[in-house]
This record gives sequence, C-alpha cells and structure tokens, in this order.
Amino acid sequence: MPDKILETTLEVLKEDAEGILADWIEQADEDGAKRIDLFSEKEERDQAASLLRSFRLGVRDASKDGEFDLQDEHWADLRGILSEITHERVERGVLPGEMAALILALKTPLFERLTEKLESDPERLIEEVLLLSKAIDAFAIYSNEVFIAEREQVIERQRDEMMELSTPVVELWDKVLTLPLIGTLDSLRAQEVMESLLQAIVERQAEVVIVDITGVKTVDTQVAQHLLRTAAAVRLMGARCIISGISPKIAQTMVELGVDVGEVRTRSSLRSALMDALTSVGVAIRPINDDKRNAK
Amino acid sequence: MVFDEADRIATIELEQDRDVVRARSRVADAMKECGSSELMQTRFVTAVSEVVRNALTHAGGGTLAIYAMPNKRQVGIECRDCGKGIEDIDAAMADGFTTRRGSMGRGLGGAKRLSKTFAIDSSPGKGTTVRMIGACSLR
Ligand SMILES: Nc1ncnc2c1ncn2[C@@H]1O[C@H](COP(=O)(O)OP(=O)(O)O)[C@@H](O)[C@H]1O
Ligand SMILES: [Mg+2]
Repeated sequence: MPDKILETTLEVLKEDAEGILADWIEQADEDGAKRIDLFSEKEERDQAASLLRSFRLGVRDASKDGEFDLQDEHWADLRGILSEITHERVERGVLPGEMAALILALKTPLFERLTEKLESDPERLIEEVLLLSKAIDAFAIYSNEVFIAEREQVIERQRDEMMELSTPVVELWDKVLTLPLIGTLDSLRAQEVMESLLQAIVERQAEVVIVDITGVKTVDTQVAQHLLRTAAAVRLMGARCIISGISPKIAQTMVELGVDVGEVRTRSSLRSALMDALTSVGVAIRPINDDKRNAK
Repeated sequence: MVFDEADRIATIELEQDRDVVRARSRVADAMKECGSSELMQTRFVTAVSEVVRNALTHAGGGTLAIYAMPNKRQVGIECRDCGKGIEDIDAAMADGFTTRRGSMGRGLGGAKRLSKTFAIDSSPGKGTTVRMIGACSLR
C-alpha cells in the first residue's frame, strides 16, 4: 500500500503542471500572499514553478515510504529551493505569514484535481487529501523556520555592525572624560575599550575618567573583571577612575558574586559621578543668579 | 534535579562569545514571560552567564537548554559540555578558586548563590553539566 500513497497526486502533478501553477498563483493572489509591489509577475511565476517542480520530485520519491518527513533525502531539492526563495523574500521584506500563505495556497488547486480524479473512490480521496495536506503543512512550517533563521541572521549581522562602532570617549570638561558603555562587554570589546580609553587619557591629559555602565545589562565576574582592570590601568596612567551607573539590582548581584571593587570609586548615577569629577578638577556647577539671567 | 516534567523552550549551542549574549537574552525573555521582577531576572541571568561562560572558557563550548518549569513561576537551565571536567568539585565551588590565571574564581559559587536550585555534575575527561532553577519572584 505505501508505494501508492500519493499516486494520484503525482499523476495530477505530471498531467497538469501548467494548470496547477496558474491556479496556485491565482489562489495565492486571492489569499493576499502575492506581493506585486516586491516581485514582478515573472519572478513570482518562476519561483512558484521551481517550487512546484521540486515538490513533484519530492512526492515522487517520498511516496515510496509513505511518511512525511521533510528532513528526508527526497526533499533535499525542495528544501534547497525553499531556502533560496525564502532568503530572497526576506531580503525584499515579505512577511512570514505571506510566505506561509503562498505555500498553503497550493492546496486548493491540488485538492480540486484530486476530487475530480478520485470521484469514485472517496476512501482513497480522503487518504490522499490527508497526506497531501500534511505534506504541504510541513512544507509551510519549514519555510517559516527558514524565515525565522534568516531574520535572526539579519539581526545578528546588524548587532555585529553596531558592536564595531568604536566606543566613544567623550570629553565632558577639561581633563574630565567619560566612556558610556552600552550592551555587552565581552573580552574582545573590553580590549578595544581599554585601548581607546588609555589613548584618550594621554591625548587629552585627563585627570578623571568616568566609566558609565548605565547601558550594561549584565555584570558577571568576567565583565566585572574587565571593568576593574580598566580602572587599574587608568590609575596607572595617573588619572582617577569612577564607575557610574551601577543600578541597585546590579549592585546586589555583584555582592552575591563576591566582587570587591576595592579602591575603585563607584557612583550610582552619571550625574553624581560628574559632580564628583568636576570637584576634583576644581570646577563647580552652580545656578546663575537672577541678575545675570535678566541681563541677558 | 530533573527537567522531565518541564517544557524545553530553547536550545542554544555555545560556540563563541556571542552565544553567551544570546543565552542571556533568551533566559531573560523566558523569565519575563513568567512575570519575573527585574531583580530576579538580573540575578538568574547573571548566574546563567557564569556557567555558560565556564562551558566556553574551560570546556571549549557546550549546549544550553532552557526550560519553563511546570509551576510556571520558575525557569530552569541545563548547561552541558564535553570538556575536560572538574577534578574536585568542592574546590571549584569555593570562592577564589580558579585554574585560569587572572580569573576571579567566583563564577560557580556566585551562580549557586544567585539561583534557587543549583546542581553540578562532572567527571574528569568526560564533561560537566550544571542545572539551575531561577525563581521569578522572591518567596
Ligand atoms: N564547565 C567546566 N569545565 C571544566 N572546568 C570547569 C568548568 N566550570 C568550572 N570549571 C573549573 O572550576 C573553576 C572555577 O570556576 P569559576 O568559579 O567559574 O571561576 P573561573 O571561571 O573564574 O575560573 C575553573 O577555574 C575551572 O577550573
Ligand atoms: Mg567562571
């Protein structure tokens, strides 16, 4: 029995490939899965045609074992094409739902033809429709997975690009620098951060450096160590280092880790660190009096 | 500690630094979903960061599985590697013990204190498995 499991489907696919293709595209259009703004008629058609072709090859080979596992060898071709098309579609901005709708739209033309062919054998009809439905669903799920993986890649790429932005060392006042850290501080970046900071200390003849970690979400022992090493290096250069922006939850967590900041000055906010830094270079911020304000 | 009854919600292969970031944000998401406070999130995410980093730095990589616990107010993780293993677990758990020059040696002890439940299993030459559960709220 298993050897003729999708027999009729295969027959239909062979006999009327062109008709199925046309009906499929039409159905996809009705289901709102067509993006004429992103793809030309011809591109849309070519993609659908190659999907249909490898689907037929898959059905031909897979009908031998009767199980639908898209990871099987028989579907290698289809998986390849699907990945390719999905990739293309992500790049152009198709939504995941639209991709799934396109694939699911293939059910209609195939079911219609099966119904005609198997009019006299309702049992077989049900059997084939069920199996075919399973196969097409698997196919839609797979494309969704590819879609998600593709998106993740795009996000990761962007993340990498962001990480590569050099960490800016900002001069707040004569001899006062700040380094606002954002995101994560892995070993590689910690090294870069330290280098650019030490360089800036020399160039600007800084006396105080504020390393602000308001934008750092997690401080584990490795990150803490990078911070403390940076502070130690700053001290060796003859400048003072203040670590600011340690939130209460990070402070608590650091205590549990048993991280000892030792001599390093810490401040909860950049604001108080700035006051502190300015005082030590002999500068104060104070409100200007009303006379001066009115005179302006 | 077993996660038989728990729902595995993610698996992350740990191969490079960036995977630590992924692991942390996935665990943070899982905790947010069970209504975790920010403090509890920071605590457990930091604990996970420690064991995941250990798998990378001391064992050359591993796999992290994240579980939603049946009572839904807890998140579990299993970090497994096939590295060199730990000779003396008690020593390794002690604060300040490290086999890596310049490292703090406070990761394992810290992870234990930052999680609700902590279990470590290791055999020299075979690998190490750390299982932890983080609570989403104090209580
Ligand atoms: N997954 C692991 N595989 C092998 N050894 C480990 C692993 N995790 C921890 N260790 C050992 O336990 C020691 C203590 O770990 P930890 O407390 O995290 O401190 P650190 O990572 O700073 O050395 C490590 O130096 C290492 O020898
Ligand atoms: Mg460690």
